[in-house]
Amino acid sequence: MSAQTSELSVSIWRGGSDGRYQAYAVPRRESQTVLDVVSFVQRHLDPTLSYRFACRVGVCGSCAMTVNGRPRWTCRTHVEKVAGDGRLEIAPLANLPVIKDLATDMAEFFRKWQKAKGVFAPSQTRHDPIAQIRPDTAARAAADTAIECINCGVCYAGCDTVRWNSDYLGPAALTRAWTLVNDARDAGNRERLAAISASGGCHACHSHQSCQELCPQTLNPTAAIAGLKKRTTAAYLKGELKI
Amino acid sequence: MNIRLYVWQRGTAALMAVLVPIHIAVIFYATRQGLSAADILSRTRGSVVWAAYYGIFVAAVSIHAAIGLRNILAEWSPFGERRCGQTAIACGLLLAALGLRAVYAVVLS
Repeated sequence: MSAQTSELSVSIWRGGSDGRYQAYAVPRRESQTVLDVVSFVQRHLDPTLSYRFACRVGVCGSCAMTVNGRPRWTCRTHVEKVAGDGRLEIAPLANLPVIKDLATDMAEFFRKWQKAKGVFAPSQTRHDPIAQIRPDTAARAAADTAIECINCGVCYAGCDTVRWNSDYLGPAALTRAWTLVNDARDAGNRERLAAISASGGCHACHSHQSCQELCPQTLNPTAAIAGLKKRTTAAYLKGELKI
Repeated sequence: MNIRLYVWQRGTAALMAVLVPIHIAVIFYATRQGLSAADILSRTRGSVVWAAYYGIFVAAVSIHAAIGLRNILAEWSPFGERRCGQTAIACGLLLAALGLRAVYAVVLS
């Protein structure tokens, strides 16, 4: 920290989609996160600043923002790693409507989860015995690679295809679908595979792999989407999908 | 892109992965051997094999390119899905017409 300036020069997006950046000077501290910076501004410099956070430890997925041009989870992003020169530009997540300042409207993001049939469809009732899923089965291992998504929206904000095609379901919704496609207890795959095979589904993905690059949980949505492409293609060729 | 277009595009791509190297090899052979137009036509005229090979090639290219163009238009142009589809079909038909005319010229004329 010795060679660093004692203050951070912070630009924060203010207003709606037609807003602008506003500059703030924030004291630099050791082990400071980007969320700490935003919270400092809100508590000490401008109480009207709107942003979203909850757990502060990388579990809830509510605090994602665009930091120096890149979508990140701000509670686990250390200033030291992203603002070596002492400058921070903080904006709301891209590809989502801005409500105000750093808060985006996530409704469409979660609507697409519904559209991708990201809801578990039980094949048994509560009166049946609990299903035994061995962790070493291929399906469970495949689901494991995608199960830790925290719905932060970072992949969605960083996805070129979402930016170009507003109908595209996006990496998070499709990753969720991948976990259910591999869930032996789920009974909704016929509808799910049909839903993600329609226009805007998994076949719209260009495999740019930005989602894999940006995912704070180090998941690989591109691989999950590739798995869905394979699974839907097999179902289509067998005549199981009607599009 | 939906699953139907995806399967057609990937299917024609797989077909072209075989056809394109043969096409390039034929071009290299013809130029390296110094074949004249008359030499080439004497080999292709009335040949069912060349007609089938380039006929399939033209069909694969027309379908593959049209679907690709549709995707580009859908993502990069202000056109709606319907207009993108119509434009892509028109381009695919044009490619097919030009390609099949060439096949007709070297095999049947």
